[in-house]
Amino acid sequence: MPDILLSTENLCKSYAGLRANHNLNLQLLRGEIHALIGPNGAGKSTAVAQLSGELASDSGRIIFEGRDITRMAVHARARAGVSRSFQVTSVFDEMSVLDNLALAIQAHHGHSYRFWRAAKKDRFLNTQANTLADQFGLEQAHDLLAGTLAHGEKRQLEVAMTLAGNPSLLLLDEPMAGIGPGGSKKLTELLDALRGRYTVLLVEHDMDAVFALADRISVLVYGEIIATGSVDEIRRDKKVQQAYLGEVC
Amino acid sequence: MLLFFEQLLNGLQFGFMLFLLSAGLTLVFGVMNLINLAHGSFYMVGAYVAATVMLASGSFVLALLVALLVAAACGLLVEVIVLRHLYRRDHLDQVLATFGLILFFNEATRMIWGRQPLFMQLPEFLSSTVEVIPDVPYPLYRLVIIGVGLAVALGLYLLINHTRLGMRIRAGASDRSMIAALGVNIRWLYSLVFALGALLAGFAGVMAAPIFAVESGMGESILILTFVVIVIGGIGSIKGALLGALLVGLVDTLGRAFLPDLLQWLFTTSSANSIAASLASMSIYILMAAILAFKPRGLFPV
Amino acid sequence: MSSINRKWIFLLVCLSLLILLPPVSQTLDESYLISSMTRVLIFAMAAISLDLIVGYGGMVSFGHAAFVGLGAYTAAILSFHINDGSPLFTMPFAYDGTNQLWAVLLVAIGVAALVATLTGMISLRTHRIHFIMITLAFAQMLYYLFISLDYYGGEDGLPMMGRNQIPLIDSGDDTSFYYFCLLVLILFIILARRLVGSHFGRVLQGCKYNEKRMQTLGFNTYRYRLTAYVIAAMGAAVAGVLLANKTEYVDPGLFSWHLSGELLVMVILGGMGSIYGAVIGAIVYLLLEQIFSAYTEHWMILLGPVLILVVIYARHGIYGYLQKLNQNA
Repeated sequence: MPDILLSTENLCKSYAGLRANHNLNLQLLRGEIHALIGPNGAGKSTAVAQLSGELASDSGRIIFEGRDITRMAVHARARAGVSRSFQVTSVFDEMSVLDNLALAIQAHHGHSYRFWRAAKKDRFLNTQANTLADQFGLEQAHDLLAGTLAHGEKRQLEVAMTLAGNPSLLLLDEPMAGIGPGGSKKLTELLDALRGRYTVLLVEHDMDAVFALADRISVLVYGEIIATGSVDEIRRDKKVQQAYLGEVC
Repeated sequence: MLLFFEQLLNGLQFGFMLFLLSAGLTLVFGVMNLINLAHGSFYMVGAYVAATVMLASGSFVLALLVALLVAAACGLLVEVIVLRHLYRRDHLDQVLATFGLILFFNEATRMIWGRQPLFMQLPEFLSSTVEVIPDVPYPLYRLVIIGVGLAVALGLYLLINHTRLGMRIRAGASDRSMIAALGVNIRWLYSLVFALGALLAGFAGVMAAPIFAVESGMGESILILTFVVIVIGGIGSIKGALLGALLVGLVDTLGRAFLPDLLQWLFTTSSANSIAASLASMSIYILMAAILAFKPRGLFPV
Repeated sequence: MSSINRKWIFLLVCLSLLILLPPVSQTLDESYLISSMTRVLIFAMAAISLDLIVGYGGMVSFGHAAFVGLGAYTAAILSFHINDGSPLFTMPFAYDGTNQLWAVLLVAIGVAALVATLTGMISLRTHRIHFIMITLAFAQMLYYLFISLDYYGGEDGLPMMGRNQIPLIDSGDDTSFYYFCLLVLILFIILARRLVGSHFGRVLQGCKYNEKRMQTLGFNTYRYRLTAYVIAAMGAAVAGVLLANKTEYVDPGLFSWHLSGELLVMVILGGMGSIYGAVIGAIVYLLLEQIFSAYTEHWMILLGPVLILVVIYARHGIYGYLQKLNQNA
């Protein structure tokens, strides 16, 4: 019996009659890096937003750690261990790198109805934020404003923030978006180091990264999953080659 | 029952006047994403100019034409001198700058016309009454306002849905960069839309001049109602503005007319009157809060 | 000299000027200055409370005056009943009102918190322009409510029979009252600066920059924003209590959108999101008002365009400008 961390049952979403996702059935095994690939407009980002709770699903269920979280609020899911990154970098430009990370950690560390002591002097948050920054190659950038970072570094920070508070599931929405081959190789290494410790749903267009990282791959085309399997299985799959990979490989 | 129909007509009349104001405001927001607190100033300018011209010439038609022209010209000037710089700013900046405009316009009217309110006489041909409902004479002028409101609503519908200009306005509202790419001069379009909004507000001012006292600051109390209207209707939607305006006009008028009796009947205490008065003036805000609580973006979100 | 030192020196100079104002104005025989500066200090408190939600929380409230009004009316009504002898309410126990400032403050803060919680719960479901409008609408609601309260003067307002009693201080003496207000203002600044630097403050700023991201990080942003909204309302109510004490008179105009607009202007003019800016903004705005009105009764015709120029050209306000000078020096 495989250890399933998250599964969706017939999850659907349409916008104004337009079908974005139809009967999505996805199973994420604990500890795996599961890539979700598919052509543009296939519904990958919609799927991530449904899992994180930003988009309410029209029908179907999401089971996470044995609990039905289909109607759970975004912040509650995050605290339960579902953490996501954004395709469009969503770091706090006006705050320093460490403050960004400290804020992310703060979200999982008790409540923040603390009005008096300076947050910047919180030892616990600072130590954790330092560790996280160093782990993601940002050791030179601790005190820089996030807005001043190079794009690649911003992407690293974006992913680092999702790791705050030790989530059990990472939803990474195109972490390599726009960072070029060098940056993408570095981020691939950083993500590879997470293998086994986190369950990752990786939405990515960069096929080198996908093939290097993924334990399993699901292919999403027009809102429906047409195949799920190991890298080799997917490479060999006729339907996939037709619908999607044919153009790439 | 007859009284009820009369108040219903009053409510409709007030609603259509609010619509004249709301249409321009919501159009400006929809197309330029601009929140203009000074919209009520054009209403005030329209009323003042109309009252003055009427007094001097005795001609209502002339008063109307001059007032519309001046209101539109004021709108154009304000757009070119001030607001043009604020389209890309956040709403806070727009609120503040147009707040400054209000101070300016209010004080300017005080300097020109003094602190005493003006009163505008209705011309003969509008001051008669008609019996829409048998045996209840109803002022013709109020019916005229309803007619004007209907005509403007229809005109705007035709303008926006069936003309080239309307197509550009719709395109501008949905995608700014696209319309620029199409080669439409967006500056000119914005100025035009703004002037149109100011003209409609001025129109409302002319219509209001014979009914209310024409005084400095008259724009604000009605402006806040106008905001309630467009927020209820969904900011940017003309259809929403029409529905919201009628809703607010009716609720406000009927509330003021019947709440005191209703409460007296319920409580039969002396305090019923004062409670009713405050409830009546609060009713539209309660309506707005209730609608926003369930539909945070209004009835017709754009 | 480091820029941090310069900042503290600047603040110290400002503080000394404020402390020295009463003796100086008395020597110059211009004691009306004390009264008008007391007003400035009180408005600075209200502006600080508004800066918390506008400058740090990104919530542009156009109805903040409502809470100033609630505070002011609380003071006036409690004092009205104690002087009048009639009970304010008889159920569940009889209460005659009070004339003690600390008690008035407690009641005012409680009332403001209650009203802010109720209105905030609805307002904060909306965003951006809708939030501006709905806060305005709630303030208007209270404005009309107090106009219709004939028992408390209705449109004409309600005079207070003398100021509330403050322990150890002769509140009737304008100079003592000025120093008391200065003390409260300093307290406001300290509390507000602590708050914005705290864990809560960091969350609040996060909500301003990117609320969606904050939710995906695991923050219940609605509750944090509501808390900030309530705190700001409580601050405004304190300012309202002091304002009523200063003028010994309240009227529904305190709830007006005009006053809400002026408070926003102070925050922006001074430079939002810095707390000190709100204080500077209140000082400069009210001084401008006085200077212009000394020249002409039509001073608003000058003030209006000045506001527009400030918005168009001085986006970070006076404090932002000072900071830039400081960094470049």
